[in-house]
Amino acid sequence: MPRSSRLSSAAAAAAALTAISLLATACTGATGDAAGDDPAKDVTINFWHGWSAPGEVKAIEENIERFEAAHPNIKVKVTGNMTDDKINQSLRAGGDKAPDVVSSFTTDSVGKFCNSGAFADLDPFLEKSEVDKAKVFPQSLLSYTSYQGNQCTLPLLHDAYGLVYNKDAFEAAGITAPPKTWSEFTEVAQKLTKSKGDSYERVGIMPTFHGYETTPMRLAAQWGATYFAADGTSNLARDPAFTKMLTAQKDLVEKLGGYEKLEKFRASFGDEWGAEHPFHKGQVAMQVDGEWRPNMAREAGVTFEIGTAPLPVPDDLVADYGKGYVSGTIMGIAAGSRKQNAAWELVKYMTTDTEAVVAFANGIHNVPSTIEALASPKLQVDENFKTFLDIARHPKSSTTPPQADGGTYQLTFTDLAYQHEKGAVADLPGALARTDAQIDTDIAKAK
Amino acid sequence: MITDTLRAKRRRSALVAKRRRTALRTLAFMAPWLIGFAVFFAYPLLSTVYFSFTKYDGFRPPVFNGLDNWTYVFTQYPQFWPAMRNTLWLVVVMVACRVVFGLGVGLLITKVKTGTGIFRTLFYLPYLAPPVAATLSFVFLLNPGTGPVNTLLDGAGLPQPGWFTDADWSKPALTMLAVWGVGDLMVIFMAALLDVPKEQYEAAELDGAGAWQRFRHITLPNISPIILFAVVTGVIQAMQYYTQPLVAGKVAAGVIGGSGQQFEPGYPDKSTLTLPQIVYNTGFQRFDYGTACVLALVLFTLCMAFTALLMRRRGGLIGGGHR
Repeated sequence: MPRSSRLSSAAAAAAALTAISLLATACTGATGDAAGDDPAKDVTINFWHGWSAPGEVKAIEENIERFEAAHPNIKVKVTGNMTDDKINQSLRAGGDKAPDVVSSFTTDSVGKFCNSGAFADLDPFLEKSEVDKAKVFPQSLLSYTSYQGNQCTLPLLHDAYGLVYNKDAFEAAGITAPPKTWSEFTEVAQKLTKSKGDSYERVGIMPTFHGYETTPMRLAAQWGATYFAADGTSNLARDPAFTKMLTAQKDLVEKLGGYEKLEKFRASFGDEWGAEHPFHKGQVAMQVDGEWRPNMAREAGVTFEIGTAPLPVPDDLVADYGKGYVSGTIMGIAAGSRKQNAAWELVKYMTTDTEAVVAFANGIHNVPSTIEALASPKLQVDENFKTFLDIARHPKSSTTPPQADGGTYQLTFTDLAYQHEKGAVADLPGALARTDAQIDTDIAKAK
Repeated sequence: MITDTLRAKRRRSALVAKRRRTALRTLAFMAPWLIGFAVFFAYPLLSTVYFSFTKYDGFRPPVFNGLDNWTYVFTQYPQFWPAMRNTLWLVVVMVACRVVFGLGVGLLITKVKTGTGIFRTLFYLPYLAPPVAATLSFVFLLNPGTGPVNTLLDGAGLPQPGWFTDADWSKPALTMLAVWGVGDLMVIFMAALLDVPKEQYEAAELDGAGAWQRFRHITLPNISPIILFAVVTGVIQAMQYYTQPLVAGKVAAGVIGGSGQQFEPGYPDKSTLTLPQIVYNTGFQRFDYGTACVLALVLFTLCMAFTALLMRRRGGLIGGGHR
């Protein structure tokens, strides 16, 4: 190729890349100052949420009806059954069809949402409305709805994790009270396990980390684990809580029959959200679960009595018994929305109005997310639900901290836990240190 | 002299005008393809290359970060090499099994004298099953504890694999699923087999050729272009394998809906993780478009390399009877 034509080809390629980069830049990040709308004018806002069960959809529709009655100028177009993937795409794309208000079940995404600027900072709105967030929401909920001082979401109801158990099975095995410590728990789980050939008729608990809510994060909360050091680096190898938790869980796996046997039995389990759940069918006697399970089990028509209790704690932390892992649904305003003030009215109503929060909590059997609502006499509380309310209120209950990489650090830690429970990790301290390095790399990349 | 110069000038300008008209007409005819090529191929490809050198989360403007994403993928991304190994395994084993099985079924059905229609329908039907439904039924059939396949194996006193819950068996299980839906290849092979000139078989038979010799020296050379087609399209399909391993991994891991927990595909032990899955996961779930673009380019390059390799080898594959 002659030199001149090589040069012109190079110039053309450079021009093409420049044009693409300009175009790409023009297409992105167009958030700008979008909070100039008048919330008193007639307006329609789009609200996307993830609920799909008929009872949940009905509860949210009733909530929206109450809001519209209180704000006759604001119409809310509700779209349900939305996944985080669809929400992410529409937030990026923007436009009239995109949501103005979004709620998501994935608190793990908060760090990503806040860090990337996908959601608007709600502090100016809270200030304008004179809402003191520290007085309205428990601190643990504020911590998982913000990232590095950016309160880009607010809590909309709350989940607390504890132990749901089959009272009849407990009685038959001569167990009088739910286990409080990990060694009691291990003992009880063994007593409740019934073999059948080379498998099981029932296991006391499915201890493997694929056992639905039996995730490493739920258990780590009981050991009071701290995921990040003060300097922001991953803390898995330095905090002995992780090693202790992983070792205790592996010990339980071994005592209940070993990883392979348990996983083979687990493969026969039904869907976590359906009537065929192994707890409903009596295949497991205890289940690490959220406050929704007793009601779900009753709706599935179980014939046994259901008991609830906090998850056990390690033997040396028995004074902390009663705490648990907490999480919840989050609600935010799309940074690209041009109706942010009207959108704020909906967010404010759904997340801070005591009556709205209590009615919604009663409707979908979740724990309320405001201090006032948690104490409301209108809250329908039975004995089992009270267990979860107490876990939610426990001062040592904790959650996984938001990070710029969303929940990727938790997935990386979970990967290690999967390897450990099956006996594929020979050097746990080394593996934890390598996981720390991976987490630090991923977070640095996401910032 | 002056008249001649003028005439030559006029002739030249007429020629130039004619050439220009021809060029414009050619361009006009080519426009639909050119526009399609630019919009659906060149622009996406060039922008993928551009974004692969940037830090870009889809919300904030992209920032140039040199080779960061490339080094991250090849040296630090824990999902990349397992996904690469799985994808290559599927390309080699799954494609080979599909082609051999498709050709085998095609051959058998062309030989069957009665009930050909029934057999064709029976073997073609699974191809029509939607991928998610087909995968769900395979996870059910191959359930290590309750599935009928393991019950039969147990009855016969044979070992019962964990299938989709065992990292050593998950890819063979996916291959079985792919082989089960081989109806598309079977139809193509049947058409090719029925097209082989009968006289060649008759002549070979007269020369005393046996069944294997007839297959080796007549059938194979005649259908080799179709085999090449099946292999190339199979390789591209295997490179884009996404739905089946994702659904199988999710269902076997017990994750169907979700309370907001994140799920990373690949259960068990990243054994069902494929390159297209991590492209999606990295871009749309981790918000890391830059790295996702690197992965997409790796996938694109692999596809091109495999196709080029197969096309270069086509001489040997197609050769034979046609030369």
